[in-house]
Amino acid sequence: MEHAVSVDDKHLVEALRAGDERAFEQLTREYHAPLMRVAQIYVTSRSVAEEVVQETWLGVLNGIGRFEARSSLKTWIFRILTNIAKTRAQREGRTLPFSVLERPDTVPEPAVGPERFLPPDHERWPGHWSSRPQPWPEDRLLAAETRGVVERAIEALPPAQRAVISLRDVEGWSSDETCNALGVTETNQRVLLHRARSKVRQALEDYLAETGDE
Amino acid sequence: MSEIEQLSCQELVELVTDYLEGAMPEADRQRLDDHIAGCDGCRDYVAQMRTTIALTGEVRPALLTPDVERALRDSFRDWKAT
Repeated sequence: MEHAVSVDDKHLVEALRAGDERAFEQLTREYHAPLMRVAQIYVTSRSVAEEVVQETWLGVLNGIGRFEARSSLKTWIFRILTNIAKTRAQREGRTLPFSVLERPDTVPEPAVGPERFLPPDHERWPGHWSSRPQPWPEDRLLAAETRGVVERAIEALPPAQRAVISLRDVEGWSSDETCNALGVTETNQRVLLHRARSKVRQALEDYLAETGDE
Repeated sequence: MSEIEQLSCQELVELVTDYLEGAMPEADRQRLDDHIAGCDGCRDYVAQMRTTIALTGEVRPALLTPDVERALRDSFRDWKAT
């Protein structure tokens, strides 16, 4: 569960209230990318997401005087974002994101295609690898190109999966922080994370296999 | 002794995140460890998931564009002036 307000939070809140522009810059730099990721769960276009994030910062500034530290500053900022993004999504006639966050497993998405395994009625090894993963060449993993493959795979994910992997694995947030920011349960967060990571792994496997043999 | 249900590779790949997140009952975890100990394909698969997580950690989050930075600075100054 959430921790009591951190020392950092306290300083930041005081600095913001005092009108310290640097404190505001620090916050916006830290949270801009994650806020964009979460906004894009609710609104489709990037430019609308940008507007939602900017509106969020206005909400933060206008509300900071009343911030009571019942939650962390981070959670509070994301709650403002989510409210603004939901209102915006409703105006756009979108309702999809709510079900994506509340019931992410309605549509099954296997981590690895079924063709990679022996059939369930196989006499000796049902469900075992028919085409097993091959070890990855260490030297190629470090190449900048490989990082590009990861970035493109993340961009190609559905927005909720993209948001979760961005917060957890790019930003390095804990699962608690991520659940609080997104307003999802631990289980649903894990389902989204699992799907996201599985797809990024698959993209890496495809890439490394394709250029691995001459 | 009753025979313990064997975990298939196809089931294992769906449990990897629970496993890596430490969100698994001890008995299931043991079953998964036992499977990996005897299965090269799954051992490599789990290693690839760890590598995937590490490589994702190398990705740098998007920076504020100068336009957005300017707009935010303006908002801040307007707010401060009121």
